[in-house]
Amino acid sequence: MSDRKTAVTSPYVIGTAPFRPGDEADFGGKFTEQPNDLNRPDPAKCSADETIKHASGLVRVLNDNGEAEGEWIPDISVEQLITGLEYMMRLRIFDDRMMKMQRTGKLSFYMRSFGEEAVAIAQTMALQDNDWIFPSYRQPGAQFVRGRDMVSMICHCIGNTEDNVRGRQMPVHYTWKEGRFISISSPVGTQFSQAVGVAMASAYKGLDEACITWLGDGTSAQGDYHYALNFASTFKPPVILNVVNNQWAISTHQNLATGGRTFAERGLAYDIPSIRVDGNDFLALYSVTSWARERITAGLGPTHIEVYTYRAGAHSSSDDPSAYRPDDEFKCWPGGDPVERLKDYLIKSGNWDDKRHEKLEQKIDDEVMAAYKEACEFGDLASGPYPPASTIFTEVYETVPWHVQEQREELGK
Amino acid sequence: MARARTARGVRQIGDIMAKMNMIAALNSALEHQLLRDENVVIFGEDVGYFGGVFRVTAGLQTKFGAHRVFDSPLAEGGIAAIAMGMGLNGLRPVAEIQFADYIFPAYDQIVNEIAKLRHRSGGEFSTPVTFRTPAGGGIKGGHHHSQSPEAQFTHTPGLKVVYCSNPYNAKGLLTSAIESNDPVIFFEPKRCYRGPFYGDPHKVPTWNSHPDGEVPEEYYSIPLEEARLVMEGNSCTVISWGAMVHVAEQAIKDSGIDCDLIDLQTLVPWDRDAVVNSIKKTGRCVIVHEAPKTSGFGAEMSASIQERCFYHLEAPIIRVTGWDTPFPHTTEWDYLPSPQRIADAIKKTQEE
Repeated sequence: MSDRKTAVTSPYVIGTAPFRPGDEADFGGKFTEQPNDLNRPDPAKCSADETIKHASGLVRVLNDNGEAEGEWIPDISVEQLITGLEYMMRLRIFDDRMMKMQRTGKLSFYMRSFGEEAVAIAQTMALQDNDWIFPSYRQPGAQFVRGRDMVSMICHCIGNTEDNVRGRQMPVHYTWKEGRFISISSPVGTQFSQAVGVAMASAYKGLDEACITWLGDGTSAQGDYHYALNFASTFKPPVILNVVNNQWAISTHQNLATGGRTFAERGLAYDIPSIRVDGNDFLALYSVTSWARERITAGLGPTHIEVYTYRAGAHSSSDDPSAYRPDDEFKCWPGGDPVERLKDYLIKSGNWDDKRHEKLEQKIDDEVMAAYKEACEFGDLASGPYPPASTIFTEVYETVPWHVQEQREELGK
Repeated sequence: MARARTARGVRQIGDIMAKMNMIAALNSALEHQLLRDENVVIFGEDVGYFGGVFRVTAGLQTKFGAHRVFDSPLAEGGIAAIAMGMGLNGLRPVAEIQFADYIFPAYDQIVNEIAKLRHRSGGEFSTPVTFRTPAGGGIKGGHHHSQSPEAQFTHTPGLKVVYCSNPYNAKGLLTSAIESNDPVIFFEPKRCYRGPFYGDPHKVPTWNSHPDGEVPEEYYSIPLEEARLVMEGNSCTVISWGAMVHVAEQAIKDSGIDCDLIDLQTLVPWDRDAVVNSIKKTGRCVIVHEAPKTSGFGAEMSASIQERCFYHLEAPIIRVTGWDTPFPHTTEWDYLPSPQRIADAIKKTQEE
C-alpha cells in the first residue's frame, strides 16, 4: 500500500502521505492479498527463508466476504472469539469515556487505540498467562485480557490517590506487575530491546515464558528497534517483536519511516522468521501470534511481525489529524474496522446477533460508567486529591538516601 | 567514613592477602559474585572468550560458562537495554561499557529507563544493573578514550555513581555495587589499573609495592556512601576521586601542608558527614577531578559545602580540574590536574 508516487524527488527524495486534507482518500477498496495466498509453515521447523513471501505478503484469515479461509484459520473457540470481541468493545468504550474525561479536564491527556483494538487483545489472548507483556502506549487492551480492574486503570490515568504509580507518569503509561504487564515509558522503542533482555532472563532461568513487545512504524527508525532485532537474532531468546504499522507517526506517514520494502522484510536480514499480518483481522492476528508462540515452545526463539493496520484516531488528545490527512481516510482503509469485522464474522457463522451485541454494548457501557464514577471518588485532575507530595521522594532508590530525604524535609510535606 | 587503609579497621587477622592490581581485584569481586548469586550475569563487548580488552573478566567464562559471561554485539544501547530487561526479570546483570566515552549510545536507556523504572512503576519493577566502565585519562587515549563523564550521571536521580581508586576499594565497592538493588554506574580509573598514578608520566609504579595492592582473596564489601580518609591533617581538606586521589596525595606531600585527603569513592550519594566534619575542622577546601570544570561534580561539592559550612570556611573553595575543552592526545599532561597545580591551590587556601 506504500504510495510513493507523490514523493518530491529533487534534490533528494522526500516521502509524503498518499492523501492530504482536501484529497479524496482511496486505497483501492480491498487488499489484493487473499487468505489462500500464504501457507502456514510448520512453526517447529520454520526458518526465516520460508517466510520470505509472508514478509512481503499479508496473512489474512477473514476474506473479503467476512468468512474464515485458508491455512491460517486459528484453533480458537467461539467462546474465546466472543470474549475477544467483548474486550475490543470494552477498550473502545473505555477510550471514548477517557477522552470525554480529558476534554472535561478530569485527566490531563489521553491516547486511544481506535482502529487498533485487535492488536494487543488478539495477540495477548494467543499467549500463555505467564508470558511477559512489554507494550508501547497503544496496547493497553492487553490488560483487559489479563483481567485488570478498570477502576485501577482509570485511577492511573487520572493520577489520583489510588494510582498505582502515584501520579508520577502521564495517563496511559500503565504498570501492572500482577498481569506481567511491564511499565510503559514515553521514549518510543526503548521497550523493544529491553524485551529481548526480559526474554533472555526467562530463557536463562529455563522457564517456558515468552515476552511480547510492540513499537510503531515511525519508531522502527530508532536504534532500539535494530538493537532488538540484532540481539534477538544473535541470542535467539523467546521474544515476539511486533512493528505496528498503523501508517502514521503523529503527522509523519510511514513513507518517511522507510525507503522501501515492508517493515516485516527487515527481519529476514536478521535471519528472524518474519510475517506481515492484517492487523484488523482478529483471527489472523491470533493465528500468527499463536504460531510465534509455538516456535518459542519449540525452542526456536524470536519471531518478527508487522501488524498492518491504520490509526483511525488522533495520535493523542493533543493531536489534530485534520491538519495532515483527510478526516474520513480511515473509513476507506481496506482492513476496515476490527470490531465490526469480528462481529460480522460471528454473526455470519451463526454465533452472534445484533441484539446480543447491543445488549453487551450496554452492559459494558454501564460498567465503564460505574468504574469511572468509582475512580473519580479517589480524585480527579481538576479537583484532586492527588497522591501525597511525599511520593515525589519515594521509590527513587530502594531506600531514601540522605540528600533526597533532606529535600523532602525542605518541601515540608 | 572509613579510616585510612593503614588503619585497616576492616581487616581481620587471618585474612589471606594477595598482591593484586586493580584488574585482578575487580576480577576477584566478579568471581565472588558469580559464585554467590546464580542470577549474576556478565556481558559486554569482548568480555567473554577474550576476557575484556583490559582483562577484567579474564577466565570467568571458562569457570562459569558462556551463559553467564558472554560477548555481546557491539552496541552499547543494546547492552544497556538487555541489561534493563534482564534485571527487571530477576537477574542481576553486570554490563561492561568498554570505555566510558562510549556510554552515550546507552545514555537514553540508562537515564530515561534504568534510572527511572522503580519510580515510574510505583515500585512494582526495578532493575539492579551495574555498569562497569573504564574512565579517565593518562593512557594517551585522546578525547575518546580518556573522558571522565561521572557528572553526566550524578545529575540523574535513581542512579548511584561510584568511582574506585585502588585495588582494595575497587573490589569492595564493586561488590556493593552489584549487590545494590539500585542501578549503579561504576567508574574504573584505567590509568590506575596496573599501578597508582602520582602525576608523573615518567615514574609509573605498580600496585605491587603499594599497601592498597594487598587485597583479601575472600569476599568483602565496602559500603556505598562511605568516603575514605587517605591522609589526615588540619590545614586543608582535599576532596577527590578516581586517579586524581593519588595525584592529590603527591601534591599534599609536595606542598608540605597537612591536609585531610578524602577519597569520595561514592559520588551519589556522597558521604556528607565525612566532608562536612573535615571542612569544619580545616576551614579550607580544594576539590580535584579530571573531568572538565563547568558543571563537573566539583561544582556540586563546592555548592553543597558552602551551603553547609559557610561560617567555617576561612578561604574560597578551589576546584582543580580538567579544562573546559575536549581531552587532548599528546598534551594530556597539561590537561590533567598536576601535583603542581593542586599544591598551588592548597597553598593558596592558606593565604586567606
